[in-house]
Amino acid sequence: MLWLEGVSAGYGGVTVLRDLSFAARAGEVICVMGRNGVGKTTLMKCIMGLVPATAGVVALDGEAMQALPAHEVPRRGIAYVPQGRRLFGPLTVAENLAVGLMARNKGEAVRERVLDLFPRLRERLTQVSSTLSGGEQQMLAIARALCLEPKVLLLDEPTEGLQPSMIAMIRDVVVGLRATGVATVLVEQRVSAVLGMADRVAFMDQGRVAEVLDCAGLQADAPQFRRYVGV
Amino acid sequence: MGFGPFLLLALLEGTVAAAVLALTAVGLSLVFGVMRVVNVAHGEFFMLGAVVAWFVAAAVPGHAAMGFMLALVVAPLVVAGVAALADWLVLKRLNYDPEATIVATIGLLYILQQSALTFFGPTPRPVEAPFTWRIQTPWFGYSGYKLFVVLAAIAILLAVWAFMTRTRAGLVMRATQVDRQTARAFGINVDRVYAGTFALGAGLAAVAAVLVVPVSQAHYLMGGDPLLLSFIVVIIGGLGSLRGTLVAALVIGLGDGVISMFFSPTLAKIIATLLVALVLVFRPQGLFGAKA
Ligand SMILES: Nc1ncnc2c1ncn2[C@@H]1O[C@H](COP(=O)(O)OP(=O)(O)OP(=O)(O)O)[C@@H](O)[C@H]1O
Ligand SMILES: [Mg+2]
Repeated sequence: MLWLEGVSAGYGGVTVLRDLSFAARAGEVICVMGRNGVGKTTLMKCIMGLVPATAGVVALDGEAMQALPAHEVPRRGIAYVPQGRRLFGPLTVAENLAVGLMARNKGEAVRERVLDLFPRLRERLTQVSSTLSGGEQQMLAIARALCLEPKVLLLDEPTEGLQPSMIAMIRDVVVGLRATGVATVLVEQRVSAVLGMADRVAFMDQGRVAEVLDCAGLQADAPQFRRYVGV
Repeated sequence: MGFGPFLLLALLEGTVAAAVLALTAVGLSLVFGVMRVVNVAHGEFFMLGAVVAWFVAAAVPGHAAMGFMLALVVAPLVVAGVAALADWLVLKRLNYDPEATIVATIGLLYILQQSALTFFGPTPRPVEAPFTWRIQTPWFGYSGYKLFVVLAAIAILLAVWAFMTRTRAGLVMRATQVDRQTARAFGINVDRVYAGTFALGAGLAAVAAVLVVPVSQAHYLMGGDPLLLSFIVVIIGGLGSLRGTLVAALVIGLGDGVISMFFSPTLAKIIATLLVALVLVFRPQGLFGAKA
């Protein structure tokens, strides 16, 4: 389980996350929603150790991680699909996957399983990743993260700019992961997409998680969506 | 000697220069490409390689080839160690800030140069070539050792190429070069990659120096020309592009050899510097560089 308690973080003198608490359980999909600039990406980077927490605890399965060097975080089992994909552009599809596999010393078997989820990548292993289509790039970003066989998967707006069929495919992958006990933290702006795959929604406001709701029985016209996301 | 043989001789000399330059410049290019550090002390790593080679050769009795071969292994390792130390003591503490590291490596340049002056002295000293046979053409005899330098440089460059494209460590370096934050998010220890890259870059300069020292002599001020020419090559080839660096090294090395022989070494440097200015004006990313 991923667990954050009283976390503060920011850039230089500017605090973005203030006394934030948040948890993601194994086998659930939890969506993070909030207005642009509220700090959703900062939260992801803080979990990854890329933006240091100035206060509080970030723990995975009871082990505090906020003081670890950033490269130790993925080795513990947290995989990250950054906003805007951030592939290693000049590297091939196969090389991008190899970087993912290396993080936790995974081998051929994991790679095969990941490629079974994304057959279109299998046909393009030698293609330079920056020449992939937008949808294929997003598949690769997710595949690269799955190569870690993570306990926790962080997805930052993976559906940004994708057509409905591609969004459906990403949803299928995320829902499939739930059954394997992965905790998925998903930043998502579209209410319909959230209701289609999340177990719970965490609403961010003013640098903290203001409210967490169960998705069961939640309607698209719930007042929280208007209040925190402005839809 | 007629024009033809004279040109052949010039081209041979140019090829030797190009081979040594390619090794040196690839080291500079790797460091800039992966770390975004402009290493002004690169020429001093070259000098240090030659100086260490002299000490090793002087310490080994018996046939000259023994000392040379040992120097070829020991000098790059020593220089790589010095570079790794400098990375840890200085560059890492500056957070690899592009501007601060320029100033820091200028300081490193003087430290290395003055240390060499103190411990090695101001007089140039030769290292004996491992063998002395000559290749006889109908017009002139040519040093077999110089051809060995070319072959050795090609072999080492191929090894670097294979290392970068075929090994795990090479993949890690290329991923870090593209995006160091995302590399960290995939478990890559960027500090270690940087230390290794800086050591590798310096080691390549040192290998180049060991190869040339039997034909040029070790001297504490010998780092200036390789630094200037490496910068020229890296800028023309495109910052961070290994292929561009190799092509530019060939052009500049051959050009330098031919122009130096027919006209003067100074003219060769002037033309090379003009070429850099032209590239910077009309194609700032270099001939092979990606757009910034
Ligand atoms: N590297 C940085 N340096 C300084 N400020 C930053 C940096 N990155 C983000 N910020 C600021 O931190 C705040 C939160 O940014 P963040 O990217 O976390 O928002 P977000 O919720 O992910 O927004 P979006 O929905 O637009 O992706 C913003 O005000 C942003 O300007
Ligand atoms: Mg964001």
